[in-house]
Amino acid sequence: MQVAERSLVNLALVRWHLTASAIFMAVSMLGGLAYAFQFNQLYPFPGVEWLSPGRVRMVHTNIAAYGFIANAFIAGLLFAIPRLTNKPILSDRLGWLIFGAWQLVLVLTVGGILAGYGQAVEWGETPIFVDPLVMIGLVLLVINMSVPIFRTEEPGLYVSLWYFLAAFAWTGLVYFMGNYLPQFWVPGTAGAAITGLFIHDLVGLFVTPIGWGLMYFFVPVLLRKPIWSHALSLIGFWGIAFFYPMQGVHHFLLSPIPMYAQYGAIVATIAVEIVVLTVIVNFFGTLHGRSEAVRGNLAIRWFYTGMVMYALTCLQCAFQVTLTFQKIIHFTDWVVAHAHMVMFGVFGFWIYGMFVELWPRAYGRPWVAPRLLTAHYWLTLIGLALMVVDLTGAGLVQGFIWRSLAHWGDSVIASMPFWWVRTLSGLMIVGAQGFFFYALWATARSPVPSRATLPVGVATEPVG
Amino acid sequence: MEKFGASFLIAGVVTFFLGFFLQGVMPVLTLSSIPTRTVEEIAQNVIPQFEQLAKDYPEEFARYFGQVDAASFARALDLGRDTYIAEACFHCHSQFVRPVSNEDLRFGPVSTPEEYQNLMNLPHLFGTRRVGPDLIRLAGLYSNDWHAAHLYKPTNVAPYSVMPEYPWFFDDDKRPNERGLALITYLQWLGSWVEEGDGGVTAP
Repeated sequence: MQVAERSLVNLALVRWHLTASAIFMAVSMLGGLAYAFQFNQLYPFPGVEWLSPGRVRMVHTNIAAYGFIANAFIAGLLFAIPRLTNKPILSDRLGWLIFGAWQLVLVLTVGGILAGYGQAVEWGETPIFVDPLVMIGLVLLVINMSVPIFRTEEPGLYVSLWYFLAAFAWTGLVYFMGNYLPQFWVPGTAGAAITGLFIHDLVGLFVTPIGWGLMYFFVPVLLRKPIWSHALSLIGFWGIAFFYPMQGVHHFLLSPIPMYAQYGAIVATIAVEIVVLTVIVNFFGTLHGRSEAVRGNLAIRWFYTGMVMYALTCLQCAFQVTLTFQKIIHFTDWVVAHAHMVMFGVFGFWIYGMFVELWPRAYGRPWVAPRLLTAHYWLTLIGLALMVVDLTGAGLVQGFIWRSLAHWGDSVIASMPFWWVRTLSGLMIVGAQGFFFYALWATARSPVPSRATLPVGVATEPVG
Repeated sequence: MEKFGASFLIAGVVTFFLGFFLQGVMPVLTLSSIPTRTVEEIAQNVIPQFEQLAKDYPEEFARYFGQVDAASFARALDLGRDTYIAEACFHCHSQFVRPVSNEDLRFGPVSTPEEYQNLMNLPHLFGTRRVGPDLIRLAGLYSNDWHAAHLYKPTNVAPYSVMPEYPWFFDDDKRPNERGLALITYLQWLGSWVEEGDGGVTAP
């Protein structure tokens, strides 16, 4: 079994993408933490041009999306696609080229943004001169990954592969649309509509489908049972594919964008929240009867914690997209809380689960310090929960103070205690990653066990 | 359908373009009747604060922008906008007034699409977060000197402020340099097209 896995999956590529993901996660989180201190009037690098908080903020979000999440997702795809299709990726050499190109994109993004070349497209602040390289990298990635899917001799494509293929079509289109149209061709209000579509589609058509595709792969494998309902899988996929791409304007509600587009976005948003509930139900149906795995298997625990966050986020989304909520919560920290719950609480957590499962396989060594991984789980979860509750409350306070017509400074002063708690939660999350990094490093550096003792099901053993 | 991978690729393309049409192309078509103005056209109406900048900082103004005219104003607007983007000002300051939450009482008239149909808004800078206040009605609210002092160190004029300081917009004498002058020009331009009195909003 081990031999077959080696030849089918390029574990070296998985290893390097995971490692890069961990490194860029550290970059992104330290940036976010530094930025949080600005709100306590304690920024560690005041008056340093290339470490200005505004620029660091752009590094924080972009590196979270393209460094931490994208690298880990590529590692997941490199592992999942060959195993689902029984075919290796098109070319290992191309895989290495993509790895190198992608890390170059990320380094240029950090350098370019810090040097003052950020692009005014939220979630796409990668400098204009980096965008062509991103497009080339995405196209190569799609070719390398989709060829095994088309070559497979399996009788039908598994759910994960539906999501991956759709994401392959979406990601390049979305990136081109968002980074080029509002920058060069569509000014003003209509440009805002397209930017809204980009902000939304980056989460909805790149991160979400690949994330769910990986869940449809890892969860049944780790639980050793099939997905509960094929019908619900179908409803979930086609519902998401239909409704998710048509709600971009909900990022600019009550703006000068034509109201029919705003109403359409609101209706589609509420619709997709109902659709994603079917996906959640499907996964909890799968867990039914094996729920002790949430205690015993740390990867499953991360996955299902992320899914609970996903359900909460979507429920929240269906309410906050209405104009009633928008009056108060738009422009406030409520939205910041929501963004962290999605990008970190859902997809970040799923990636941690993948690390738990893939890191020992990629490095060919069992986890050295599993108790640290448990500590990492709890401290990260508590830190994020604190951040979300705190910033959601801050958002309500800010929104109502603004409406009351009190002096602007009053809303800033009232926010300060919330921003202190946010910094504390950031310290908890960053501290938790200290445990994580130690466990990653110690595992990678540990002596290679002899073949006989290499535990295949490392992550299925009880942890904490 | 699950046997044919191409159907999922096609589904991806079709659903993308369906959403793109409904949420992107249709707003573009609706708004296409509004003529798009260039920066040069906008710069024909030189704002008084730009003339005042030439008097406030004559040496620096002459060095970086020369005379007060439409060409130098256009250049200042362009560079000011680029500086605004480079520092990610748009991540903490929005640029549109909504018709709710008493925003018209706090900031001024509600925003209209005409205001943004120009190449100063390529890319647009609507923003999604207000750590600081909205800026689209900022013109003339504060003096050039206030803006200079505020950009140099915001807590000088607002002790509670969490805005970063921008000493690199100033030379060694703490007088605004090229980027500083341009950014102040841009900020003073935001909303300069709003008519006084009846509060009418026209294109800039």
